[in-house]
Amino acid sequence: MTDFFRIAWLVMRKDLTIEVRSREILYTTLFFAMSCVLVFAFSFVKEGRALDDAAAGILWIAIAFSGTLALGRTFERERHAETLRALMMAPADRPAIYLGKLMGVLVLMAVVELIVVPLVGVMFQAPLLAHPFQLLALLATGTLGFAAVGTLFAAMLGRARSRDVLLPVLLYPITVPVIIAGVRGTAALFQAEVDEPMVRTWVAMLVFFDAVFVTLALWTFEPVMTE
Amino acid sequence: MTTRKTVWGRMARVMVLAMALGLTAPLAVVAAQGTAASQPPAGQQQEFVPVSELPPAEQLPAAPLLIAAYAVAWIVLLGYVWSVWRRLGKVERELAEVARRIDASQRRS
Amino acid sequence: MSNRNFYLVLAVAVVLFALAPVLVAWAPYEATMGLVQKIFYFHVPAAMMMFVSAFVCGIGSALFLFKRSARADRLALAAAELVAVFGVVVLISGPLWARKAWGVWWVWDPRLTSTLVLWMIFLAYLLLRRYGGAGSEKLSAGVALFGMANVPFVYISVDFWRSQHPTTNVVMTLVPGMRGPFWWCVAAFVLLYVLVLTLRTRLEDQRAALEDLYLKLED
Repeated sequence: MTDFFRIAWLVMRKDLTIEVRSREILYTTLFFAMSCVLVFAFSFVKEGRALDDAAAGILWIAIAFSGTLALGRTFERERHAETLRALMMAPADRPAIYLGKLMGVLVLMAVVELIVVPLVGVMFQAPLLAHPFQLLALLATGTLGFAAVGTLFAAMLGRARSRDVLLPVLLYPITVPVIIAGVRGTAALFQAEVDEPMVRTWVAMLVFFDAVFVTLALWTFEPVMTE
Repeated sequence: MTTRKTVWGRMARVMVLAMALGLTAPLAVVAAQGTAASQPPAGQQQEFVPVSELPPAEQLPAAPLLIAAYAVAWIVLLGYVWSVWRRLGKVERELAEVARRIDASQRRS
Repeated sequence: MSNRNFYLVLAVAVVLFALAPVLVAWAPYEATMGLVQKIFYFHVPAAMMMFVSAFVCGIGSALFLFKRSARADRLALAAAELVAVFGVVVLISGPLWARKAWGVWWVWDPRLTSTLVLWMIFLAYLLLRRYGGAGSEKLSAGVALFGMANVPFVYISVDFWRSQHPTTNVVMTLVPGMRGPFWWCVAAFVLLYVLVLTLRTRLEDQRAALEDLYLKLED
């Protein structure tokens, strides 16, 4: 069991080391997330003020879109150097490799969120610090659910043709529950009067989603990645 | 190989015919009914409301919507069965052709 | 299914479909929605078949992934296509009914949204099958598995919004005049589903056989 987590840790460290050296994915993803906020701001702002609930929606759109970009690029890098194949040939548990990749993606997305969330908060007057723990819970569980499905699909698509197009095509319909729960939960949190039971309901729903989909991904990663 | 092909082809043709029958029947029935009684008797009316004073949604005649829905359902299902049937016929013809070629090459050798 | 059984089912299906419109026309009018409620008699059976097909596809994909059954994969592909086909029927007949009954073409209601999402997941499955290139069977099997697991989540998560759609309860409490035609139509759709699924799986089987023969020819 310790071996399992050690492999996952090593895979994550490898990914993050490469990323720290070039910072390619981080910078491009971050810039893309900011562009998303900008583009969507135009459709939800009326006379200089954002519409109700717009901040929550824009925040999650930025997370989902930039997350897709980061996922695609992470696995493109692996594919380019044929390192994913080498990783698959290593005498290591496949689920451990999946877990390592997932953690790497999560760290990357967390760093992007660290900048995008305050940005949205400032630009749309969202009360970020009123309930920091609930917001953190929503962001953490939502990002985990999105990345869990995304990592599996991006890894699978490494072998497919037209993978750049197919990743968003597959990912968005399946992660609809994450988007709904994230947007509704954050909107309940950003309201003038915070609807706490509602926020808790959505967090519970996200935890449930994460549990089911992480289990399912660990379970299917092996047969799907075997050629 | 060839007998199987014709059996499947005929079967699919019967299905298409049956579905075509189904397509025309509801249209005729609904068209006849829709014009005669587009609204059901809904309890005892206390007053008469001219149709032009109703909100726009209630002025909509139901029959065209119903006919359109039936028509779409039938066209989609019929079209799908037809396309599967056609593809199946093509593959089975090709299958017979390749089987014949293999047969011929084996006889030669 | 053997050829004889296929013919038997086909004959029953033909009779069912030929008589269904007459029965639907005879069924009583619904009090508030009137004539347009008759869309119900094939809207609901089509939706039932769509969800059944999604589960057939998911189970077939699981069998393919974990038991490596190539036939289960062909069945899954056929079922996924049928989800898309029946989905078109449901998603077009639904708005036509809603336009009259609710006054709008579409509302973001749990049942509508979950049906749309389910339909889109299986379209994505088919897109992957079509454009994924070699080895996409396995990937799409994974997608089907996730898609099936996703259905309850989508349903629960949209359920917090208000719902206008009639509940599933209406099916169980139908008056006798409506019950007969409704179950008649359900039976007709089930038979149609089984027949088309058989036909479509057959097409995939034949394609696989053709592939084998070509390989043999090259040897």
